[in-house]
Amino acid sequence: MSTALIDPTLNNTPLPAVPAATPLGARFAAAWAAAGTRCALPVVVLLAAGFLAPLVAIFAYSFAPPRSFEVFRAFTFANYAELFSLENTVWLSFAWSIGFALLTCAVLAVVAYPIAYGMVFLFGRWSSLVSVLFVFPLFVSENVRLYGWVLFFIKNGVLDGSLKWLGLGGAPTVLYTPGVILAGMVYTYLPFMLFPLTLGLSMVPRDLIDAARDLGANRFQIWREVEVPLAMPGILIGMLLTFVLAIGAVSEAKILGGQSVIVISHDIEIAFTYAQNWPLGSALAVLVTAFIGALTLAVFAKLDLDRLLGRR
Amino acid sequence: MEQDKLRTRVLIAGWTTFVVLLVYLPIACVALASFTKARYFAFPVRAFSTEWWEKTADSIEISMIVQNSLLVAAVVTVFSVVIAFFGALAFARYDWTGRRLYQKLILLPVFFPQPVLGLALLLAYSALGISTSWMTAVFAHMVWIVPVVTLIIAIKVYGFDPTLEEAAFDLGASRLKVMTHVTLPLLWPGIWSGALFAFLLSWGNFPLSLYTAGADSTVPKWLYAKMVAGYTPMVPALGTMATLAAAAVLLGGGLVGLIMKKARAA
Repeated sequence: MSTALIDPTLNNTPLPAVPAATPLGARFAAAWAAAGTRCALPVVVLLAAGFLAPLVAIFAYSFAPPRSFEVFRAFTFANYAELFSLENTVWLSFAWSIGFALLTCAVLAVVAYPIAYGMVFLFGRWSSLVSVLFVFPLFVSENVRLYGWVLFFIKNGVLDGSLKWLGLGGAPTVLYTPGVILAGMVYTYLPFMLFPLTLGLSMVPRDLIDAARDLGANRFQIWREVEVPLAMPGILIGMLLTFVLAIGAVSEAKILGGQSVIVISHDIEIAFTYAQNWPLGSALAVLVTAFIGALTLAVFAKLDLDRLLGRR
Repeated sequence: MEQDKLRTRVLIAGWTTFVVLLVYLPIACVALASFTKARYFAFPVRAFSTEWWEKTADSIEISMIVQNSLLVAAVVTVFSVVIAFFGALAFARYDWTGRRLYQKLILLPVFFPQPVLGLALLLAYSALGISTSWMTAVFAHMVWIVPVVTLIIAIKVYGFDPTLEEAAFDLGASRLKVMTHVTLPLLWPGIWSGALFAFLLSWGNFPLSLYTAGADSTVPKWLYAKMVAGYTPMVPALGTMATLAAAAVLLGGGLVGLIMKKARAA
């Protein structure tokens, strides 16, 4: 995410290793070991209090009696039973979210790959400008950007008005359809696919591509045999990040979808707000978290972050 | 062969330009709507006016929420940069038991949907009897922003030569002196971009603020509330102002970074 603002020329050295075990080196090694732990402490405390504790809280709440706030005082599986009962339609929201997330991932891989390739291999000094242009929208709240699409697609909006002005009889209605929700998600999560892809592609030595070409490989063969395998860590991170964030996405369905489709995060939010059924919402959030967590941990097990972030 | 390469280059550059234009299209639509005289947006715009910009700038309610947003972003930036600086040293500088696990733990909040994180935090606050306000929003933002800033600084730390610190220690410098005279100056560009990211990500954040700021509104929160019910052209006006403010901070920050780099090189 940060490629734009950081001078890449300074990132060539590998991870500093602990010096060899001379007496002096051993003394430093011991001091560093302790220093590392101490430096990590504030972050670990923050994440324990701000990330793990809330997850424990929703887990505890999910076993409280429905529509109550009696956490830790009573224990019941009623919320999960309600979610898994046959007449409950929450599976539909899950299906929508997973479907949107899969499609978002697939579309974004195709959209972002050429751009990432260009940023790493073709654009040269322009690539910092391109990355700033793609980073900047992250600083504009997604409501504002999605609302811009509403203004574009709405009746008498930019598209409809232009077509009418050209005498083409107005635009088809795309707002409040699943298609436009998908487009909104692709739009929102573009940077989250693009930057991991550039990180991955920057691990592919250009010489290797040239060598493959000189040996007679065509563009597709180079892509399949050289680029994709070597850039795999970045591709995996990009896919995982967009998939996971898209599973939890709710603004797109609310603003562009006009609530015509209820996604899973929207269901959770409804349980927490209108329905005032925190235990049920918690049970749903636990299911989503378990799904995302299993996926994330499975991918993380395969990653070497030192190689991905350190060696450029 | 060369022609083939040129064609790829042109195609990829063309595609990138097209996607960049699409990315900025809705932002331009919002700006256009903010200058429309009519209460409801219609294209082509018949009459332009700066009336809604003036109304937005004069509104006391809006100046309050802008102050909230600035306050949250400023506090988030200060705390996040300090915590993330040490976090990044632990991430990339030192070799210690548990570092691999720590590197992955730190990524988890980034790989987690923010609306769900916001609701989980709301629930935790309520279970602990903490009433929500801008301060709880600061904490919520930090859960997400500290890992991001840590990664940004860590990338810089990977390129950092630890023998320089060692040399300073050998020459008799104290731990504090090494920090202020060696470590901080070398990592300064990473810290500066981390600070910019922290401020701007907090400024634009909606899903966490929505659930954790309680009665205190922030700019994105107010915009959403008005989009859903009670639209006025002050919505696109404030949205455009917030976007321009973010652009100004990014440009100004980038410029300061460049000047500092030049000054130190000279």
